[in-house]
Amino acid sequence: MTAHAYELAVDVRGLRKRYGDVTAVDGVDLGIRRGEVFGLLGPNGAGKSTTVEIIQGNRSRDGGEVSVLGSDPVASTRAWRSRVGIVWQDESAPAELTVRETVRHFARYYPRPRDPEEVIRLVGLEAKADSRIKALSGGQRRRLDVALGVIGDPELLLLDEPTTGFDPAARRQFWDLIRLLAGEGTTILLTTHYLEEAEALADRLAIVSRGRVVAEGEPAALRGRHGTEATVEWTEPDGVTRTERTHTPTRTVAELTRRFDGEIPGLRVTRPTLEDVYLRLTGQEDAR
Amino acid sequence: MTTATVRSRTAAPAERLPGAWGLGMRRGGLEIRQFFRQRDQVVFSFCFPVVFLFLFASIFRDGVPGTGVNASQLYVPAMMASGIMSTSFQSLGISIAVERDEKVLRRLGGTPMPPSAYFLGKIWLVLFTGVVETAILLLVGTTLYDVDLPTDASRWFDFAWIFVLGLTGCALLGIAISSVPRSAKSASSVVVLPFLVLQFISGVYISIDTIPDWMLNIGALFPLKWLCQGLRGVFLPDSAKVLEQAGSWEFGKVALVLAAWCVGGLVLCLLTFRWKDRRTG
Repeated sequence: MTAHAYELAVDVRGLRKRYGDVTAVDGVDLGIRRGEVFGLLGPNGAGKSTTVEIIQGNRSRDGGEVSVLGSDPVASTRAWRSRVGIVWQDESAPAELTVRETVRHFARYYPRPRDPEEVIRLVGLEAKADSRIKALSGGQRRRLDVALGVIGDPELLLLDEPTTGFDPAARRQFWDLIRLLAGEGTTILLTTHYLEEAEALADRLAIVSRGRVVAEGEPAALRGRHGTEATVEWTEPDGVTRTERTHTPTRTVAELTRRFDGEIPGLRVTRPTLEDVYLRLTGQEDAR
Repeated sequence: MTTATVRSRTAAPAERLPGAWGLGMRRGGLEIRQFFRQRDQVVFSFCFPVVFLFLFASIFRDGVPGTGVNASQLYVPAMMASGIMSTSFQSLGISIAVERDEKVLRRLGGTPMPPSAYFLGKIWLVLFTGVVETAILLLVGTTLYDVDLPTDASRWFDFAWIFVLGLTGCALLGIAISSVPRSAKSASSVVVLPFLVLQFISGVYISIDTIPDWMLNIGALFPLKWLCQGLRGVFLPDSAKVLEQAGSWEFGKVALVLAAWCVGGLVLCLLTFRWKDRRTG
């Protein structure tokens, strides 16, 4: 058998949380395996952040079982916190200190930190290392947040919408960082609204809507399972655009080829993207 | 992307976490650095008690019959006590509430840093600022208002323990009260009102022989009254004892009450301290 005392880095069963009359989390089950990148997707207010905050040990729960790195986060110890890195959604670091001072100082909290200079380089802040935090842009601050999340060399990294406010180049750089950490064996839980981000990074995804997990699996499988129908679109001779949803698009195209005797005007064959699947599952299809 | 190199830290038991005392020293250094980088805060927080000393001691100058001192001299130890409480209680009560509201504390709470290291860092900060504040007030008091520095070593020793115990007790009380305001916006009103009331009933603004006994008795529950009394004992001639409620400086009682506030304040902090604001339950 394996040497690990637990197979799942994060094991959540039947999690419930209410705020007054509002049920934010309504029976969520999640199993995040050690060493995987897990994406938690869902619209605002779906219960993603509440779930992650409970996993962080920063929020109480009203029901269900939660085990993170083998312990209940409600009773978190210093040793447990040294193994979990957190990047919150809205963060604030001491504005009067420089990036280097802050990263070096946070490294002191951990038993086995990463090299602060290396971490500053990893997040691409080496040019800003001696700038005061208050002088950083929003995206740069976010990168500092990530630096402080990984400085302790965590086994489990919890990222709550880490790339909100990043420009596209910074986002790609961040993805490389996540892949690097994942390659080193760090277990990563990531919440995001960006589907392409989830698709690019996550080994597995869960889609959350109204406090429940509505779909879970590998990104390609999710797309396949929930969207086998393709859409064939073409333009009739009278100028009207027609569409047909079908499981056999090749046959439809062949029939059209015969009918038009050659080129089909305005032909398009599309498979549902993860976004289509996501919008359908979260009941936001009309938003398109 | 699942790799074979999944980490197992459980195999390495008893990893040494950094000690609270050492981290507290480092936090103290960091707090002092941050404090001095906010120049407006530095100037105003140091000037406040100095301006008040100047105002009170210049307005009230008459001799107090039968005591051998004048009103200006009475205000010097009183304002030193008030300065010690403002650099500790008031500044911590407000700044920690702001740090909590701005989520600086939540971030610290997510790290393995122990809360005691955070408290220690704050106490180093106020020890440092408190020494500077007291030195300035003492300089003003001795040059402008005829207060004499103690000549024998035992009085300096009394000064040292009164300062350290008073400052620490007030600092812990400040950390404790920082949990009361609901947001950074309300922090200064929540902290300043009790401080102001205490200054009136502890003999800072108004000489203790004019304050009704019942008010003094309430003031006696808190450290400021004892801090004032101890500092009068250090800086005023023994002839001024007649003004005291008990007719003596009561150094033993001063030590007892201030030490009790250090212990009680620490317990209060450990019981009530929150990394997060109250809205996040």
